Amino acid sequence: MKMLNRRSFLKGGLAGGAAIAAVGTSKQAGAAGQSFGGYPDSMGVLVDLTKCVGCRTCEAACNKEQGLESPDKPFDDLSVFEEKREGGLPRRTTEKAYTVVQKYEVEGREHPLFRKVQCNHCNEPACLTSCFVNAYKKTPEGAVMYDPTVCVGCRTCMIACPFYIPAYSYSSAINPVVKKCIMCYDTRLKFGRPPACVEACPQEVMTFGKRKDLLKLAHQRIGQNPEAYVDHVYGETEVGGTAWMYLSDVPFDKIGYDTHLGDQPIISYVKEFLAIVPMVLTIWPALFTGFYLLSNRKDALKNEDNKS
Amino acid sequence: MNSLKSQGFAPVVSDRKKDGSEWTVKEKIMLGLSPKEYMAVQLRNPFNWVLWAIYAIGLPILVGRFIFGLGWVTHSSYDYPWGLFLGWGLFVMVPLSASGFMMGTTVELFGRKDFKSIERLGLLNGLLGYLFAVVFLQVDLGQPWRLIYPMFVSLGPAAVLFLVAWHVATYLSCQVAELVPAFSEWMGFPKAKKFIKSIVLGLTIAGIILSTLHQGALGALFTYAPGKVHPLWFSSPFQWFHFFVSAVFAGLSMLIVVSTLTKWFMRWRCDENYLNNLSKLTLGLAKGASLALITYLVIKIIGIAHDNDWQYLATGWGGWFMFEMVVGVILPLIVFTMAVRNSNASLARFGAFLAVFGLALNRLNTALITFNWQLYQEIPHWREVVIVITVYATYIVVYRAVLARMPILYTWKETK
Repeated sequence: MKMLNRRSFLKGGLAGGAAIAAVGTSKQAGAAGQSFGGYPDSMGVLVDLTKCVGCRTCEAACNKEQGLESPDKPFDDLSVFEEKREGGLPRRTTEKAYTVVQKYEVEGREHPLFRKVQCNHCNEPACLTSCFVNAYKKTPEGAVMYDPTVCVGCRTCMIACPFYIPAYSYSSAINPVVKKCIMCYDTRLKFGRPPACVEACPQEVMTFGKRKDLLKLAHQRIGQNPEAYVDHVYGETEVGGTAWMYLSDVPFDKIGYDTHLGDQPIISYVKEFLAIVPMVLTIWPALFTGFYLLSNRKDALKNEDNKS
Repeated sequence: MNSLKSQGFAPVVSDRKKDGSEWTVKEKIMLGLSPKEYMAVQLRNPFNWVLWAIYAIGLPILVGRFIFGLGWVTHSSYDYPWGLFLGWGLFVMVPLSASGFMMGTTVELFGRKDFKSIERLGLLNGLLGYLFAVVFLQVDLGQPWRLIYPMFVSLGPAAVLFLVAWHVATYLSCQVAELVPAFSEWMGFPKAKKFIKSIVLGLTIAGIILSTLHQGALGALFTYAPGKVHPLWFSSPFQWFHFFVSAVFAGLSMLIVVSTLTKWFMRWRCDENYLNNLSKLTLGLAKGASLALITYLVIKIIGIAHDNDWQYLATGWGGWFMFEMVVGVILPLIVFTMAVRNSNASLARFGAFLAVFGLALNRLNTALITFNWQLYQEIPHWREVVIVITVYATYIVVYRAVLARMPILYTWKETK
């Protein structure tokens, strides 16, 4: 199976780096850095938030499919929506829950809005590009996979993820690992089947398909019913595009989405540093040997005088 | 020990005792004291009492971290995956240890032989700082026994942390090599010293390359989180440069601080050459540090201008930023300048304390305090704080033990 690995990113990184060196401005570098827009036939999921009723069936399906520990409260207990984590923030993905549904009371909206959160499976994942043991892989089918057997536990991927998705099993002393949604890759996606949560949803909130087809569908829905949606498909361009995309009738920044992430993949912010690495490695030795010769020239001259 | 010396005690300074017989290694480790005297000295020192108290509380908790996992000593935050272990142990310790490559460059490369008497202290400060940064990293990593994975098992060469891992590892070996002369004198292996002398230029240049890149890389690590660090502490094109330049003044200032502490508390171990030159060299270091500080100040302002972050200066975070810049950068800059102008070494020492504080504040601000500025403030678990204090105390213990023995603060007298 052909998988995108770090090496392809490295090539992109160096190409982007060379561009910075040549033009010297960050804006153009960003454009040059757009070397990988995702696999052409990768799969994705379109989530229509307007349809979600907050039944948590998807959470239950995920728990079963991934063989996760049973949660403290059963999946039909809707009081979890009122739980707040630190900072008064809504519940998030954890080592025991790869997907969670959040509830937002929106002013002027008849019912509360429910939002499903899980790994968005970025086209150019920040977790993947930040990992120094190459534990992450983006499969051509679109899933972002994680290999727990090589993970050292530095948790840079958690720092890098712009969506705050990866969780870590801190409680384990022997084998703590990152825990996140893998789009049911090994049990379903690999065989062309939709993830468990998508299939389980009674409201057909989620549509599984090729990412490019989903984009067409999303814009079609907005076009046919412009009153019912805000004119934005979240995930189409955010951080270089994601496999999971969202439609909403409420502006995204009002329901917890970060709308300031920009269109560049996270790695494009790092390329400015990666570009200087080969230059320092090649220029410094000559430069500083030169300084050495220069600062010791008097001694050298003296030695020569003594010889003659 | 200082009082012992005033009573006529003469510490080990060469291979041979006064009567001409050779010191054994055991005697050298005991500082030339009898076991009984040595124990008495250790028990008398009030600083040791503090250390024992720290270990009594800290060691069980440190052991507990490896038995019960990170979840027992931290808040297990998914939002703040990095806490004090890296915030203090890596991001503060490493720039404060930049003195190693700075002194190597000054003496071996720029030929400033007048800094020779403080060069080894600079190198040791570098080596131990890096060593303990790795210790802190080992406490923080989920699976520390996999530390060599990025080297040999599964390589991710395009990641910034990959560069940090490799550079810190190579630079550590580089610094060990640079300190071999001190060790070889003390142990009596003159050949090792000769060999290192023949490659010292190569080691020094390697040190500059590795330091430029990994000091910068520690800053570049945060470019993976462009939206999470507050804009005043983050600038994707300048982040590596901010971290590198601040490491320059931090390393020099830390060297002033450490040399001041040796002058106060380990005077018995310093020789005349070291003590007599110290004030002059302190001013020399202060001069270097002030040049780095003004460079840092200017590129910080350019960074704000480049990203157009001016509007943040009027917010609460802006006030906090101004505090860091005024107390940690502008004030030490003024103090250093005044000190150099008036040849006032004590003033330079005060400036160095400020600059070290400013650097620590900057790194903690970037890694912890302003990180996730739009979410909430994480306060580290008390056990996490205790472990940091315990490991840092060990750093001080090792530092003191090496200074008391090897020819760092004094010149070894060759007898052969």
